[in-house]
Amino acid sequence: MAGRAEPVSPRAGYGAAALVAALILVTLGAVVLRADAPGALGRADWAAIRFTLLQAALSAALSVLLAIPVARALARRDFVGRAALITLLGAPFILPVIVAVLGLLSVFGRAGWVSGLLGVLGLEPIHVYGLHGVVLAHVFFNLPLATRLILQGWQDIPGEQYRLAAQLGAGPGVTQRLLEWPMLRRVVPGALAIIFAICLTSFAVALTLGGGPRATTIELAIYQAFRFDFDLNKAALLACVQIVLTGAAALVALRVEPEGGLARAGLGRPAQRWDSGGLLLQDAAVITLAALFLILPLLAIVMDGLAGLWPLPPGLFGAAVTSVLVALLSTGVLLALALPISVAAAQPGCSWLEGAGLLGLAVSPLVIGTGLFILLNPVVNPAALAVPVTACVNAVMALPFALRILVPRARQLRAAHARLALSLNMQGWPMWRYVLLPRMRPQIGFSAGLTAALSMGDLGVITLFADPQMATLPLFVFRLMGAYQMQSAAGVALILLALSVALFWFFDQGGRRHAGA
Amino acid sequence: MLVLDGLRLTRGTFALQADLTVQTGARVAVMGPSGAGKSTLIEAIAGFTDVTDGRILWDSHDLTHAAPGARPVAMLFQDGNLFPHLSVAQNIGLGLRPVLKLTGAEQSRVAQALARVGLDGMGARLPAELSGGQASRAALARVLVQDRPILLLDEPFAALGPALKAEMLDLVRDLSLETGATLLMITHDPSDARRMADQVILVAEGQAHPPTETAPLLDNPPPALQAYLG
Repeated sequence: MAGRAEPVSPRAGYGAAALVAALILVTLGAVVLRADAPGALGRADWAAIRFTLLQAALSAALSVLLAIPVARALARRDFVGRAALITLLGAPFILPVIVAVLGLLSVFGRAGWVSGLLGVLGLEPIHVYGLHGVVLAHVFFNLPLATRLILQGWQDIPGEQYRLAAQLGAGPGVTQRLLEWPMLRRVVPGALAIIFAICLTSFAVALTLGGGPRATTIELAIYQAFRFDFDLNKAALLACVQIVLTGAAALVALRVEPEGGLARAGLGRPAQRWDSGGLLLQDAAVITLAALFLILPLLAIVMDGLAGLWPLPPGLFGAAVTSVLVALLSTGVLLALALPISVAAAQPGCSWLEGAGLLGLAVSPLVIGTGLFILLNPVVNPAALAVPVTACVNAVMALPFALRILVPRARQLRAAHARLALSLNMQGWPMWRYVLLPRMRPQIGFSAGLTAALSMGDLGVITLFADPQMATLPLFVFRLMGAYQMQSAAGVALILLALSVALFWFFDQGGRRHAGA
Repeated sequence: MLVLDGLRLTRGTFALQADLTVQTGARVAVMGPSGAGKSTLIEAIAGFTDVTDGRILWDSHDLTHAAPGARPVAMLFQDGNLFPHLSVAQNIGLGLRPVLKLTGAEQSRVAQALARVGLDGMGARLPAELSGGQASRAALARVLVQDRPILLLDEPFAALGPALKAEMLDLVRDLSLETGATLLMITHDPSDARRMADQVILVAEGQAHPPTETAPLLDNPPPALQAYLG
């Protein structure tokens, strides 16, 4: 029915996509116009560029390399807690970075559990700040993502192929060459590219675990040019460098992205196989190590947090209120953008709209933040707009993920119901009210939950816009860490984690309850 | 009466020509080989396919460019005739108005329609709680309250068994007799056509032929129909 009426006009979708594109392109324009000439890049800036690329490459390579045995073990073993472990692999997505960093410090830090163990054996404690720490944190966040992507690849190998391999008498080696290597060749480049792109723009990890001339990323350098030197021209120049790098990485990542990477992957049952009898111990060890690597920092957060809960530091309540406000506002903005875009993108000839939503992948929060600051600073006090600006930027950053969740569902609904709705004259609001909203409820709840949690834990733009009188919870934790009040920081981090998980749960469950068939 | 006046439908290299008249109240089977354009023809009348050339008229009203919901047409699709998350009564109510808040009078019309198709008291159920035959009846009840003078059927009963399909076709014939609706029905089965259609539109070789009497046509089919019937 090309060219005919649709139950929902795509105009609202065009409008929302244009708004996103305008926000991103105008801020990029502001950054480019304000930037120093490229010649102004000093030695320290080149060091930051090199460090950014180095840590992203190392993080991507290590995450994927370690994920392969974990995914293989999960793909061929069934055990009690397998489903729970796979669900846990999704947890880092909604875990605030600064909370995870505190947990990692408790386990791997100078005074942490592992160093204590090494001390008992008479060995030196680990030095966690710098390149090691940055890569460690990135692997903590991206090993689960890589595992899910690769596990999905394993589960996409049809069970019949294993049966055929067994019938041909193929042992583990032959099965690997026949079935598993081709799958890995298909999936691994995508996983590498996505994780490289993510680590390129990571700011909070570098802010807390990096720093100094030898461990500064471009994002961190932008922040420092901003915060310490208030050199907007320099910040803008660094932002331009970041735009080129992330834009290129995002293009590569989109081109090689594995299918269904951001959906709830990998919960299917393991395929029955006949070639892996002797590898049980190896698989058990791999799964145990991976589970410990994920669970110990979370455990540390809870233990340290409970110990640090009392006395509550002054200012906590205000920061919590601000954070919840930012998260809810951001979720509202996200839905106002993502719903019309996804329904419009589901219509024939409009799938490019989804691309407009993906523009957010090509820029980092600090780059947009710099651009907005340059634009707003002459007109208003940027600190006065910290909350709405942070909420909007977080919404734009969450938009690509939300679209990946919403657009496929919108396509299904259009295929199933558009003609019936048209013949019943259900257009515009009745279509939204009685068909689209009820039937997209689980997807709306899931994407709203992700956005709320991401926004709750975000430590990015807010660092540029907040004045000392205001804070979100992640910023509050960061300031406590900076003042070496680690106990209080752990307590507040636990509260932040609880609020993030609660918001995610609230939206996700709300979406699943009474969900239309 | 329904007039297809020099109608031309194209999709890529596919083209269908139709120049014919269907009398008000007629029951017409649309037959022809797969891919000949039966569905395209029905979709054009319903408003789901763009018209390249020509006009579609109903009692001298030009429908050629009207929105699907604004046409005097109700349609049963091959599947997806009910919203799965709405109750049977709500689904039927949508035939009256595209909102779910109905007046008392409208609610009793829904109840009457349910009773007429033999689904008395099942208004609160969800479509998933109905059998295939009951779901078809619910969709027919909606068509009944829509009260449109033209009813188009795109093989909505194809997934039912032979006995159930015959039962549904009888119900459709009875309803169209009661309401005086003009019926166009795609079918592959000559016995369906004999069962309920007085006339047949043969769609073959890029042409939708004017309706002719069912029995003589099927008893003595022209070559194009002969090849299809085998």
